[in-house]
Amino acid sequence: MADALKLELVSPEKELASRMVREVLVPGLEGYFEVRPGHAPVLSILRPGVLRITEISNAETQFFVRGGYVEVGGDEMSVLAEYAMPLEQFDAEKLQREIRWAEEDLQDARNEEEHRKLAERLDFLRALQTALETGF
Amino acid sequence: MPSLKDLRNRINSVKATQKITKAMQMVAAAKLRHAQEAAEAARPYSQRMNAVIARLASRLKDQEGISPFLAGTGREDVHLLVVCTAERGLCGAFNANIVKLATEHIERLKGEGRTVKLLCVGRKGYDQLKRPYRDLMIDAPVDLKQVKRLRFQHAHEIADRLIRMFEKGEFDVCTLFYSEFQSVIKQTPRPLQLIPARIEEQTAEETAGSGATYEYEPDEQEILNDLLPRNVSVQVFRALLENAASEQGARMTAMDNATRNAGEMIRTLTLDYNRQRQALITKELMEIISGAEAIS
Repeated sequence: MADALKLELVSPEKELASRMVREVLVPGLEGYFEVRPGHAPVLSILRPGVLRITEISNAETQFFVRGGYVEVGGDEMSVLAEYAMPLEQFDAEKLQREIRWAEEDLQDARNEEEHRKLAERLDFLRALQTALETGF
Repeated sequence: MPSLKDLRNRINSVKATQKITKAMQMVAAAKLRHAQEAAEAARPYSQRMNAVIARLASRLKDQEGISPFLAGTGREDVHLLVVCTAERGLCGAFNANIVKLATEHIERLKGEGRTVKLLCVGRKGYDQLKRPYRDLMIDAPVDLKQVKRLRFQHAHEIADRLIRMFEKGEFDVCTLFYSEFQSVIKQTPRPLQLIPARIEEQTAEETAGSGATYEYEPDEQEILNDLLPRNVSVQVFRALLENAASEQGARMTAMDNATRNAGEMIRTLTLDYNRQRQALITKELMEIISGAEAIS
């Protein structure tokens, strides 16, 4: 069994990662699961959460991912996420502020359309916050 | 015959125009490069998405309960046409070509007795289509004028709107019109059917065999039903990126032609100018010589 697998992390705008890694913790729809080289082929939908990558050097890289799916086959896996961002680019304080603003906006929403959009955004921000606080 | 001064003025004004078209060409060339890079970067995602959907769809093709995003509503009565054009002009026949293709479709569908609804993305297409088809427009055009760099979010908002309309049963078939970028001098307007999704048979066959042993979480059908609406966004995004690249390509070619035409015009005008100048000198010389001869 090889001790590395090829990870491809792609968002609609660009390819974020394409490299050999040791293992990956994936936020699947039905719970987190770990992918190591030689994992059985799986196709799963992603849940908003953190994708934790253990590099060859044993360093950890974390991405926040949302919407999309993951495909694992043999020693290759590809993650297609509608939204993906390195976790260190987020700032907890700023996020807190954004959430507060979104909450206020939501209360001021004038019509259904606006309400729906803002609620979606708030959901997204909250998911991001939990991800940031707990690492999950 | 225009005077020397008139000619000089005209040459100067053509030169000024040439400078502008030249600058526009260079700006378009720079923007084209960015647009192409963006389109390139978006390709892996949409390809993979297509492959997975094609694989799932070919396995589930004949089953019950398949998402209407793939199977359709069983009717083809109401068509929604989304016409994507540029926000700005001066890009040759780019906008006109897309509008022409859309118009052909509208007329054909009308001839078949279908209901047609129109949604425009981009000002230019709207301006051209609102005259003959004002009653078909469902809304003001989606405005992307302020958008400097096209993000997935923009496509997602458009797609989201289409999906909600579809779920409310406001149309049966949705087709998007955009221009495919082939090269700087060639952009082809194309229709792209978004809902129900068209799966290319070829890709379906290629990938059908390899997916036999996959474990699915949750089950295949749920995955497919989750991915199909997402795929609408991806397709819209891809079309918009192609469109952006095409627009810049078309503008670059148009401005290159304009610059060359201006050069040609300057050349003939300068020739005229010199001829007249020489004729004037000859005339003056003749006057001096004949004057001198008369004295002696």
